[in-house]
Amino acid sequence: MRVTKSAAVAAALSLTAFTAQAATLEDVQARGELNCVVTTGVAGFAAPDENGRWEGFDVDFCRAVAAAVLGDGEKVKFIPTTGKTRFTVLNSGEGDILFRNTTETMSRDADLKLSFLPVNYYDGQGFMIRKELGVTSAKDLDGASVCIQTGTTTELNLADFFRINNISYEPVAIETNEEGITNYSGNRCDVYTTDASGLASTRAALDDPSAHIILPEIISKEPLGGAVRHGDDQWFDIGKWVVNALINAEELGITQANVEELASAAGDNPSINRMLGTESDMGAMVGLDAQWAVRAIKAVGNYGESFDRHIGPNTQIGLERGLNALWKDGGILYAAPIR
Amino acid sequence: MNEAIASQPQRNIVSRLWNDKETRSVIIQIIAFAAIFAFFFFMVRNAISNLESIGKDISLDFLSQPSSYDISQSLIEYSSRSTHFRAMIVGILNTLLVAVFGVILATLVGFLLGVLRLSKNWLTNKLAYVYIEYVRNVPVLLHILLLHGIIVHALPLPKNAINLGDTAFLTNRGFFIPSPSFEPLFWVVAGLFVAGIFFSIWFSRYAHKVQDATGRHYPVFWINLGAIIGIPVLAYFILGSPIIWEIPELKGFNYRGGMVVRPEFVALWIALSLYTAAFIGEIVRAGISAISWGQSEAAAALGLSRGRILNLVVIPQALRIIIPPLTSQYLNLTKNSSLAIAIGYMDIVATIGGVTLNQTGREMESMTIVLLLYLTFSLLISSFMNWYNKRIKLVER
Repeated sequence: MRVTKSAAVAAALSLTAFTAQAATLEDVQARGELNCVVTTGVAGFAAPDENGRWEGFDVDFCRAVAAAVLGDGEKVKFIPTTGKTRFTVLNSGEGDILFRNTTETMSRDADLKLSFLPVNYYDGQGFMIRKELGVTSAKDLDGASVCIQTGTTTELNLADFFRINNISYEPVAIETNEEGITNYSGNRCDVYTTDASGLASTRAALDDPSAHIILPEIISKEPLGGAVRHGDDQWFDIGKWVVNALINAEELGITQANVEELASAAGDNPSINRMLGTESDMGAMVGLDAQWAVRAIKAVGNYGESFDRHIGPNTQIGLERGLNALWKDGGILYAAPIR
Repeated sequence: MNEAIASQPQRNIVSRLWNDKETRSVIIQIIAFAAIFAFFFFMVRNAISNLESIGKDISLDFLSQPSSYDISQSLIEYSSRSTHFRAMIVGILNTLLVAVFGVILATLVGFLLGVLRLSKNWLTNKLAYVYIEYVRNVPVLLHILLLHGIIVHALPLPKNAINLGDTAFLTNRGFFIPSPSFEPLFWVVAGLFVAGIFFSIWFSRYAHKVQDATGRHYPVFWINLGAIIGIPVLAYFILGSPIIWEIPELKGFNYRGGMVVRPEFVALWIALSLYTAAFIGEIVRAGISAISWGQSEAAAALGLSRGRILNLVVIPQALRIIIPPLTSQYLNLTKNSSLAIAIGYMDIVATIGGVTLNQTGREMESMTIVLLLYLTFSLLISSFMNWYNKRIKLVER
């Protein structure tokens, strides 16, 4: 059995690199750079700008982790991956942490051996279609040709939706987002489907965004979040609490602009004091110093600032906060407290 | 060898062994083999221990789980409730479909190009030359994307479909054609067709024998054509056309009913064929040029016609030179079909190596399966071509 296993693995050698399992924190600090797994380019979430600098909502979380761990949000090496390669890159040790609009699911958690960080964007799969076709509901899509980007959870949701509603469709599964959009705008497909956030980003990039609408149906739950490998709890905790810190910062009114002032001396609010290390040293619990959260917020701002800067209503992408508003503003964003 | 070593007792054993040409080559081979083995052993162990350390095992159980995704072109019954294994079979059949059609078209076009390249007509010759140089110097992925782009953009949407006599419709979603459903009497026609094939095999042998014995020459081709095609076609009409055709109809977004040839298949098929044909053209030209002109002259001196010189003298000898490199081209075409995912044709790489891999996260297992499948296809093609090569090789007396 051992022998046949070896033979099988030998054939697929090229997929596995040498890994460093435990002590990711030490590895990252020794290297002086955080390897962050991102997409090959989804405007607003992670894409290089005209100067080649990576920008976006997911990118900000990479920078926040780098700032907390290394003291500098610029010390990030971005590893662009397709939907198919992302987990291999993370699991093989090539990447330290993943922020790639990735849906948390049970099979990915348990079978792919990933640990998911708190959700940073509550999404759901939707449909985009040309206005001129006059379709107003996804249930009217019987017989339509649907372009999908493969390597996501999209195929499964799509198959489920059409099966539940007992209507037919022709799936056109394409490797990259770019080719998928080319096919949609070339009229190969009537409909383009992906997560609603991705649709908004895609729609903004089309020649005439107003000629396309996003249908009201959201056919799946897509809690998007970062992830790390199983097996390094300290590293998982760092990722988890950096995300929580950014969300809590918005709740507590800590911004990129006022964080240094608030951190200069202990104030009246113990929650702020604890997070910014003026009252107790929370950072030591995860192997960092007391200023970890200050640096993270200084680097990218709080959750809301990052959201507004990259994907909010005033950007090209134009996403409303919706579900992603803080719990006290009617959303479901509810981060565990830092204490 | 031992004697040679023994005759030089003054030198120590290592330098003696090393200085002996044959032993040296054996030693080098042993070292090289050991190094390669050690390398692979290390890599495999590394892979296994890495997988173990994150708690992943190697298992093929996922193949029996429901696939939960749909595939647009399937030669067998398939739905999102079928297993991942069945999805893989669909992928295999799609790969084989494009490979088989591709090899056939590439061979036909390739031979044509080869002959055109040898043409004495300046224009034909140069046109073939330009075609070959253009096509084979551009990566095949670009050909595939270009062709797919042309089909998608140039052909009309279903509602403005190009209507071919109200039975077939050409759109950028595919070529919709009627699908047949067979009535019982149709099987008579099918039976006649099969009988025709058997008859023509027998008749070819018989005609050969007669020619060997008496020199009489039958028009074998025409008689066989009549037996295989003519009689069944006649029978089909006499029996009152026992096939019912289901005509595709425009309903909603797309045509329904009938059969459809998808633009992804067409783009992949044509692009791969035309690309490979450029290489085959050069191989064919090389093969034919290699047969010395004297052979044709000698055959002409015997009074053979030009066609028969080609068929009996030039081609059989040229084939010996053409077949081995042709095998490589068939292998290339089959493997290049894995570029299908770029345009969304669901082949092996897109099914088991794509969606299945992603949904189950079993990248090691899935990629191993894909690798073994391509290896199997390639070895099958090679062994068939080697068998054919042996069959046509020059009989030496």
